[in-house]
Amino acid sequence: MAWAVFLILSFLCIGSVAAMILSRNQAHNALFLVLSFSSLGGLFGLLDAPFAAAVQVLVYAGAIMVLFLFAIMMFNLRGELPVRVKKTRLAFTVGLGTILLAELLLAGRKLVLGSPGAASAAGGDTARLGHFLFSDYLYAFEITSLLILAALVGALALAGKREGS
Amino acid sequence: MLADVLIVLVKVVLTLIWTLLLALFLTWVERKESAVLQDRIGANRASVFGLRVFGLFQPFADAIKMLFKEDFAPSFSQRFLHWLAPAMSFFFVAVTMVAVPFGDAVRLFGRRIPLQVVDLNAALLFMLAMLSLGIYGILIGGWASRSRFALIGSLRGAAQLISYEVALGISLVGLIMVFPSLRLSKIVEFQGGMLFGFLPKWGIFLQPLGFAVFFLAGLAETKRTPFDMPEGESEIIGFYTEYGGLKFGLFMFTDFLEVILLSALATTLFFGGWQVPWLGAGGFVFPWGGNLKFAPWAVTVLQVLSFNLKVFFFCWLQILFRWTYPRFRYDQVMDFGWKVLVPLGVVNILATGLILAAR
Repeated sequence: MAWAVFLILSFLCIGSVAAMILSRNQAHNALFLVLSFSSLGGLFGLLDAPFAAAVQVLVYAGAIMVLFLFAIMMFNLRGELPVRVKKTRLAFTVGLGTILLAELLLAGRKLVLGSPGAASAAGGDTARLGHFLFSDYLYAFEITSLLILAALVGALALAGKREGS
Repeated sequence: MLADVLIVLVKVVLTLIWTLLLALFLTWVERKESAVLQDRIGANRASVFGLRVFGLFQPFADAIKMLFKEDFAPSFSQRFLHWLAPAMSFFFVAVTMVAVPFGDAVRLFGRRIPLQVVDLNAALLFMLAMLSLGIYGILIGGWASRSRFALIGSLRGAAQLISYEVALGISLVGLIMVFPSLRLSKIVEFQGGMLFGFLPKWGIFLQPLGFAVFFLAGLAETKRTPFDMPEGESEIIGFYTEYGGLKFGLFMFTDFLEVILLSALATTLFFGGWQVPWLGAGGFVFPWGGNLKFAPWAVTVLQVLSFNLKVFFFCWLQILFRWTYPRFRYDQVMDFGWKVLVPLGVVNILATGLILAAR
């Protein structure tokens, strides 16, 4: 039973990401991404991590992607990029993608080979997760929120400059 | 194993029937209540064999009419998404009812059956997550119609819903701090306790400010009249401009489901869910002494009845709101959400934290 759900969800997740990359319509891209985020949330739920599952759907699928879709529908972007820019971007994408893949494999090696029991011990309970976030992982948590705040301020500064000139 | 599956299936079907019947009934209540408020009589002509019963058959007549209308989609629309939007809108609201506890557990044939479809660990977050996915119905509906008015409506709707979701989430943080769990069954159980020996330990007494923020943000989430930016019949027609027949009906039905959902949430979180004041497992135990014995089945019936009554009350209240207040201006809606409700929610969190720390 759990296997069947797992298979469906993982195929949905990977398939929708592939469809997102292959599709040309920006709004469809965003919707495929929503589907993949939601199925990822389902996978978290299957791993006995209801908090992570709910937050994955609530934050990524429910809030961030709504804003994405909002912007796409509002501006209705049509123009294609010139070929030269496209080629440089492709080179960058392939290079960065390879590095990211290598990093993921390096980081994941331990997870795949190690025992999965340790990770799921604290994953399920919301109270314990909150406790961990605000005690053992406080610095990482605060630094992440600072990073998000910095990105927000940066975006505001960029958008504000265009308005003033 | 088979029995378990069967029980869950029966509970799902019963919950769905309850929700749909209540929503149908609410369309009638809305017509009648607005009629009474405006000194009219309201729908009273639908009859079965000459039996009118105050037009109570009107919803069924409406439903039959919508079912047999032409399933129309404009030629310039995006067919699949145009079809998907109302279904999504409906599904994500209807599915949240799964987590609502209708009553305490009953014992049947030696089994303990909770009157709740699934008792999720993070039920509160699950409901918020499903609500936030409901926005896509509006957003896709307006966009796939390829119509200016529909797009304006859906963009307004998305901006409004996402703003008020922040207020809704913040208003619940104080509640979570007071309550022991995110499980709705635990939350209701906890509210069976007593405050100062006589006051039921309901969320409204523990979190009065939290309830005010929650209910107002919830009203905005249902996107009905004081907050009906996405529709605004007299300004733009709204995100369902290009919809007709059953697809429009689903959007309209979703509105009523949202009213029910908000009522059920307000009841469960702030008004003790299925708890009846001073009613325990064996019967009433009054704080002024004296008690009233009841059989276990009678207690269960009373509890389910109490939940239903509270939900009806909040549905009635919301319809009253709708027919009492005029529509806000768009900037007023945004100001109210971000400059009043969100700060009040934060104040509520701080006050709750201070009180919890001082105790």
